[in-house]
Amino acid sequence: MNKIMYSGAEILLKSLVKEGVKEIFGYPGGVVLPLYDALYMQDEIKHYLVRHEQAAVHAAEGYARVSGKAGVAIVTSGPGACNTITGLANAYYDGTPLILITGQVNSKLIGGDAFQEADIVGITRSCCKHNYLVKDVKDLARIVKEAFYIATTGKKGPVVIDIPVDIFNAKYEFNYPKNVELPGYNPTYKGHPLQIQKALNTLFEAKRPVIISGGGVVASNAHRELKELAEKLKIPVVHTLMGSGTYPDNLETSLGMMGMHGNYCANLTVCNADVIFAIGTRFSDRITGCLKRFARDAQVIHVDIDPCSISKNVKATIPIVGDIKNILAAMLQELSKKHHKINNELKDKWFREIEEWKKKIAIPQKTSDKLSAITVLQAIYDYTKKDEPVVSTEVGQHQMWCAQNFKFNHPRKLITSGGLGTMGFGFPAAMGACVANKNNYVLNIAGDGSIQMNIQELMTCVDYKFKVINCIINNGYLGMVRQWQEKIYNKHYSQTKISSPDFVKLAQSYGALGIRVEKEEEIIPALKKAIEFKGPVMIDFVCENFEMVYPWVLAGEPIDKVLLSREEV
Amino acid sequence: MTTKHTISVLVTNEVGVLSRIVDLFSGRGYNIESLTVAPTLDSIYSRVTIVTAGDEDVIEQICKQLNRLIPVIKVANLTIGEAIEYEIGILKVNVSDTNRAEFMNIVAQSGAKIMDVSDKTYIVKIDGNEKDVQTFAELVRPYGIKEFVRSGKVAITKGNQFINFKKTN
Repeated sequence: MNKIMYSGAEILLKSLVKEGVKEIFGYPGGVVLPLYDALYMQDEIKHYLVRHEQAAVHAAEGYARVSGKAGVAIVTSGPGACNTITGLANAYYDGTPLILITGQVNSKLIGGDAFQEADIVGITRSCCKHNYLVKDVKDLARIVKEAFYIATTGKKGPVVIDIPVDIFNAKYEFNYPKNVELPGYNPTYKGHPLQIQKALNTLFEAKRPVIISGGGVVASNAHRELKELAEKLKIPVVHTLMGSGTYPDNLETSLGMMGMHGNYCANLTVCNADVIFAIGTRFSDRITGCLKRFARDAQVIHVDIDPCSISKNVKATIPIVGDIKNILAAMLQELSKKHHKINNELKDKWFREIEEWKKKIAIPQKTSDKLSAITVLQAIYDYTKKDEPVVSTEVGQHQMWCAQNFKFNHPRKLITSGGLGTMGFGFPAAMGACVANKNNYVLNIAGDGSIQMNIQELMTCVDYKFKVINCIINNGYLGMVRQWQEKIYNKHYSQTKISSPDFVKLAQSYGALGIRVEKEEEIIPALKKAIEFKGPVMIDFVCENFEMVYPWVLAGEPIDKVLLSREEV
Repeated sequence: MTTKHTISVLVTNEVGVLSRIVDLFSGRGYNIESLTVAPTLDSIYSRVTIVTAGDEDVIEQICKQLNRLIPVIKVANLTIGEAIEYEIGILKVNVSDTNRAEFMNIVAQSGAKIMDVSDKTYIVKIDGNEKDVQTFAELVRPYGIKEFVRSGKVAITKGNQFINFKKTN
């Protein structure tokens, strides 16, 4: 019996189809020509052509974060592959599952400094979860299977598959493996029952408990369990930037975001807690502030699927390694078995204390007649909240204002670069979000600096009619850096004043809609027009230059040392 | 408190696995004092023995981070339990007619072994734990050590403990 033989390129695409991939992002080039030819000959996978390889990876990440499935991007060798590094590092940091296929020069030429050759397996080693160089077409299907398995399990992350052009052309039969055999990779899913018991007992005895909900809750899809547990145990919840939407912001017990630009109340609650129940957070320095003074007297229960996250920065009293959804469900089950009485008197006292902290909020300031960015973002939120759009952000002041002023009641609604802090992430990520969710528009909250880092993607958006509404908070500065310069570097605005093109004309030249907003009364009409437009929009909100993000905890300070206005020192 | 640790890492014997381990150490600012690597009896696996230094928290992170690497099957900190550690030093030493007898005496007393003899130099091998090698080198230093090469450490757990092929976290 003759087996049907397929080219490596066909085997790759068939494998992707087996993994349920329907949409990919990419950019062609010399060594991936056979793959693009195979793409041309099929119609099961739709390819979105971006304008820069970095954007392909960010778009795949936006897609993955909204859909919960692995995003896929394809690029060529050498420069194409090198352009993906920022995207990979971003996805690795934020634990986003994605598969990056990079072309490679002919395997016989590897090491000979061939045209467009780069040792991408070497270069990407420290910014992806795992990577492969395919040396034999016989291994290809197995490697794709393994890559998806690794990317989407444990702490999720990006996996790179580097494929030489001769492997794309080589012929072999197609047998997609059913299982993976990776003796070195066995993520722990089930939490240790004794640790779970210990955690519950500690939470019962706690006088001033708090839950910190992080991005792991999104990854594990555990927001329902979290809500139930917080309600049953009567514990207030703060979230990290990555944990936005994991606990509905409209609940009384939700204290909002904590950290460097978190709420006063959230930070104070964490600082004064006797038990911190940290769920799916890495305890990054933006959350803890001065580590030595973070939660000094608190017991820390830390749940995470990645053992490395536990006791890396903050020593855990009760570590629980495993899948958050599993562990919280196990805790709920334990709860239903026993009749523990919550000490309401104690809890009420704690909540009364918290209520007092809630009263302290950042003091809005107006230093000129120009639009206040905060006013703009509040107006955008109020006008769009009925539609519950996905909101992506770039990185900087606008990102923090967005996180502070938008209320998220569902996970996977705020798509932002948390760990790496990548300017230029939001716009391409918004394109990915559009592909994952075709029935709604996507808001990209941007700064005038950030938007210029991947502005070329406007063309991609026009081509595919992606309904991305770019809300550019245009304050003429790299605002977050300027803010630090104002406070810490004697107002030496070194290289932070930044000029921009006329965004309205720019949008028009791409075939997108451009709107300029300079007055408060123009905000709503602009948004209305933007939402009605069938394609990408750039709204240039011309804002006050020197507005600051408050609350603000200076780097290295303890997180209860919260500045609420410029006047504080 | 910073202490030395010997970490035994069982890995799948594949291209790039050593780079992954070395990159992890350099990328996260850990330090490698010595490193040995060779295939196990079953050549689909290799054993890497790393001597590193750090406080308790750093060593814990190193072990966890190593475990995170996909080709790493098992990580064991041999300094915690009882283990036999072994390394080899080979020295090329200046020896003249006047001090030959004395030198041979040190060699015999230390359990070292002469590997090669030329008119001016002797090559001598010493094995044992790190201290044995170090002590011997110090002893013959006055003669003039022309060259000193040293293997990294290999180590094995004592008694009934095994580092098998099942990975746990």
